Amino acid sequence: MTASAIETMAQAQADSGPQNRAQALARLKFADVGFRLLTQLSATLVLLLLLGVAISLFIGSWPAFRAFGFDFFISDAWSPPKERFGAYAAIYGTLATSAIAMLIGVPVGLGIAVFLTELCPPSLRRPIGVAIELLAGIPSIIYGIWGVYYLKPIMQAYVQPAIIATLGAVPGVGLLFAGPPLGYGVLTAGLVLAVMILPFVTAISRDVFETVPPVLKEAAYGVGATTFEVVGGIVIPYARVGVIGGVMLALGRALGETMAVTFVIGNATRVSASILAQGTTISAMIANQFADADPGLFTASLLALGFILFIITFIVLAAARLMLARMAIKEGR
Amino acid sequence: MDALYARRRRRNVVWTALSYAATVFGLTWLVLILGSLIWNGVGGLSLDVFTKMTAPPGVAGGLLNSIVGSLIVTAFGLVIAAPLGILAGTYLAEYGRHARIATVIRFVNDILLSAPSIVIGLFVYQLFVVPFGHFSALAGGVALAIIATPIVVRTTEDMLNLVPSTLREAATALGMPRSLVIRQVAYRAVRTGLVTGVLLAIARMTGETAPLIFTSLGNSLFTADPTQPMSSLPLIIYEFARSPYPEQQKLAWTGALIVTFAVLSLSIAARALSASRGGEK
Repeated sequence: MTASAIETMAQAQADSGPQNRAQALARLKFADVGFRLLTQLSATLVLLLLLGVAISLFIGSWPAFRAFGFDFFISDAWSPPKERFGAYAAIYGTLATSAIAMLIGVPVGLGIAVFLTELCPPSLRRPIGVAIELLAGIPSIIYGIWGVYYLKPIMQAYVQPAIIATLGAVPGVGLLFAGPPLGYGVLTAGLVLAVMILPFVTAISRDVFETVPPVLKEAAYGVGATTFEVVGGIVIPYARVGVIGGVMLALGRALGETMAVTFVIGNATRVSASILAQGTTISAMIANQFADADPGLFTASLLALGFILFIITFIVLAAARLMLARMAIKEGR
Repeated sequence: MDALYARRRRRNVVWTALSYAATVFGLTWLVLILGSLIWNGVGGLSLDVFTKMTAPPGVAGGLLNSIVGSLIVTAFGLVIAAPLGILAGTYLAEYGRHARIATVIRFVNDILLSAPSIVIGLFVYQLFVVPFGHFSALAGGVALAIIATPIVVRTTEDMLNLVPSTLREAATALGMPRSLVIRQVAYRAVRTGLVTGVLLAIARMTGETAPLIFTSLGNSLFTADPTQPMSSLPLIIYEFARSPYPEQQKLAWTGALIVTFAVLSLSIAARALSASRGGEK
């Protein structure tokens, strides 16, 4: 196609006869417009994909929303035999695991970004940066199998008993850490998610930290600020919007993560105060139950869960992108 | 004054130490995960893994049908995602660079880039599995394509934006029509960049599991028929890792090692390729 287009062009230039020339040019014009339309069509298809996802999931979940109404969001009943379904337990689990993941993942991810941009010897910067990015490359199923064979026994034997003995004994707060050490549960899932989102927080924070003009940092060092004061007083305030954008992007990942969570959360459709208890998330529930679901209300309810997940992540990701776009404007890109 | 100085010093030391600790924490996980993969996976690597089918418990089996299935489903995804992504990226960078609709498409593409893959799986289930009444490898390929396309769109656009306008202007001045300027000049200038995007997309598709559960489903038999359910490595890992039989668990680890090795070498290859171009990021 390309070679023939070139030939056509050469022909158009070589042919002296006005008739041939006009024909060749017309063919060229046709190919040109065709290619343009093709790219336009592809780009529009990308746009339609997102609309398609939203519409098809909404249509699929409509029977569930119609049958249960607003109750679907606030009921934690999930009983296929009785055809009673509610999304509360799944929504709660999704938010709880993501919150734990953010609490652990964001400070650690920022710490690594600070290390890479301010503290690391230049020769180690690239290898360590690549190593952290490799964490992002490991497929989520691998986190799952690792979590269930290694992390779960460790949590059960060491971490959870220690938490129950210390934090669990505190009145009030103890409720959050009550229950037997099962290994599976919300906390374990949150921890796995934390490691999965680390590289995203680090990569974006590092990129926005690097946009801080060196003169600002040099000025602060020049008046005697310590490294910590430069990071806390100059770098982070300057890069704040970008960092928040990166954090939201990581949150979007955590909310929708499926395979790793499915392995370690225990898959119990209930809401417990304790983060050591077993739970479920929207994505884990869909992954676990979809294959066995009867067509009808059961499938519709699972699709409704998917629709809710789509809406939640859409809002989070859209906010993240808007913030990152603001950061890009600030940079003058 | 000295007390203030000491306090500032102390705070600096503490925060610096925490930053080091965070890095060690992150690297430890990488070492632990890769270490356990090699520890558990290498022992199971044998010719059988690549020549025998997955088998019921008690029968010696391999992963042949899953490996072939993974390759086929990923190839389907690639055949759709690579042209679609490159063309859409071309529109964003070349024709629609300043158009309002391009801003919207760019935004939507960024959302799709990190949309939960399980939601994409449900979408494809509604679109391709429900109407045809059965699961198929083709549906799995479409799901993977939807996940991979935004990656290709993004890298293509970023790469084409790096092409100097003078290059395009020079070609245009010679009388080349726009489409030829793009295909003959711009694409050539960033060929490695485009390949990088495609490699990253393959890496992403290779490890994807969630959307395949409702699309290609898995199959314990060997099949190359795209209209039938088909096994794939991530699916078999998901199934065997939860199996109570040690020999299946062992195969799960071996499969996990193969998948991780494939994904990481693809992304390292992509990285090396883009680094070799110097200016390109």
